[in-house]
Amino acid sequence: MGIYFGLLFHLLSINISRVKIYDEEKVLLEGLATNDTSAIETIYRENYAAIQAYIVKNNGYPDDARDIFQEAMIVLFEKAKSDSFILSCQIKTYLYSVCRRLWLKKLQKQSRYNPSIEMIQETVPVEDEIESHEKRNVDFLLMENALAKIGEPCKSLLEAFYIEKKSMPEIASSFGYTNADNAKTQKYKCLVRLKKIFFSQYKNTD
Amino acid sequence: MDENILLDAIERYRKGEMPDQEKTLFEELRKSNPEIDQVVVEHTFFLSELERMSDIKNLKHSLHEVESKLLNEGFISRHTEKTKAKVIYLWNRYRRTIAVAACIAGLVSISTATFVSFYSENKKVAVITPLVDNKLNQFEHKLNQIEDKLNDATAIPNKPKFEANFRATGFLVDGKGYIITNAHVVNNAKNLIVENKKGDQFSAKAVYSNPLNDLAILKITDTSFKKVNGLPYTFSKSSTELAESIFTLGYPREEVVYGEGYLSAESGYFGDTSSYQISISVNPGNSGGPVINRNGEVIGIISSKETNADGVVFAIRSKNIYNALKEVKKDQDITIKLSSVNTLRGLNRVQQIKKLEDFVYKVKGN
Repeated sequence: MGIYFGLLFHLLSINISRVKIYDEEKVLLEGLATNDTSAIETIYRENYAAIQAYIVKNNGYPDDARDIFQEAMIVLFEKAKSDSFILSCQIKTYLYSVCRRLWLKKLQKQSRYNPSIEMIQETVPVEDEIESHEKRNVDFLLMENALAKIGEPCKSLLEAFYIEKKSMPEIASSFGYTNADNAKTQKYKCLVRLKKIFFSQYKNTD
Repeated sequence: MDENILLDAIERYRKGEMPDQEKTLFEELRKSNPEIDQVVVEHTFFLSELERMSDIKNLKHSLHEVESKLLNEGFISRHTEKTKAKVIYLWNRYRRTIAVAACIAGLVSISTATFVSFYSENKKVAVITPLVDNKLNQFEHKLNQIEDKLNDATAIPNKPKFEANFRATGFLVDGKGYIITNAHVVNNAKNLIVENKKGDQFSAKAVYSNPLNDLAILKITDTSFKKVNGLPYTFSKSSTELAESIFTLGYPREEVVYGEGYLSAESGYFGDTSSYQISISVNPGNSGGPVINRNGEVIGIISSKETNADGVVFAIRSKNIYNALKEVKKDQDITIKLSSVNTLRGLNRVQQIKKLEDFVYKVKGN
């Protein structure tokens, strides 16, 4: 009986604190979605230690923990960026669930799976998200690969525009084009080439 | 140029940079022209992939930045419980190995104990040993007698105790007992012996040896050799293409050894057009072995290898065999008939080797 009351009380206290946590976490996730370093740092500070402890405890090294945590941050980032985004649990729970799943996968791949692997927290189901993340990861690699293949100056030009988000006049002066329009024409030529390489690989993988 | 205008329009449309009037026009164009609509769909997908890549790259960059900041601060430690973790990790990883090792150790100690106790009691054993030995001797004696009788009856073909001072490879070109190999193999040999895969040895003599093309033809002179039929390979007259895959069988050691490679140049040492350069792993003893292509045609004979370069092997083109046969015919009036039926074509490599290995011989001499 005591247990039930305890549990009820526990749930109540969670609900009270949840509203506050929810607002704080919402801000953090919005920050993550816009690649805001201070938000990223806060998430790191609040979660990293627990993840590293978990991974080190389960056959891993701190280096493994850093890889896994970064991967999980990318999964969270993708979730935060998606339009249909609702995080139905705390960031902490979500990150832990993703890291746990990713780590189990990695262990299985290296066939050092340990069936007695421990759980230190509750988890939420994240299998689907990890699966789609992996699929997107393949696309990411395809694009990176295509970019590596087009050669210079196309690579730098496209990176300056699409990744570093520099403006056309800026690019024109740093790449030595006479004006922004010339740079733009060159950029489109490069873009068409990149597209060709990307889609040829894309079709090959299907 | 038109394409650029379209791509530019798509980009502005996606970013919401298009004025309303242009936007309506653009949307109408898409509706009326399915071709353009397809380009728009494709390019939009491509741009979203590109953007996603750039987002993730930038995020990774920030993640590294934050991580190195926290590492410098000491908030993230590289060495958390590393020693303990390593032991646990190693233990878990090698648990099975350790168990196996423990089992073996146990077995060894038990067997050692048995052994020791056995020999500590060897007084008893010593008493009965002579008896057993005696009986064994009698048995052995009878066996020897039977064996001798058998030997006399069957008169096993001469298997001379042969001290070879070189070993190479050769292969049958005619079932009547003609074997082709390298001239440098047989040049200074007084006695020649060829041995097939089963270990049957036959004496042989060289009927042709030409140091210019480095080809030699041996004739098996041993009376115990019986004509074999059905040589499975044919001999290619035309030249082989670069990069064509090839294989060989030979005797770099007592046992027959298979090797695989490809044709790497159309000419041999110093541009010698009567041979090929092939890339294959061979050793002394492979000399004289057949170089065979995927279809089971002999394209060459392995002759030499460049010692100061890796994987550079030279093979005499098989069309030289035809010339050698002509010369043999002219000089000694010996007709050697090459087989014209190829039974290796279309088989997989394992089956090809099974058919082939009975026709490849070890060549020994002194």
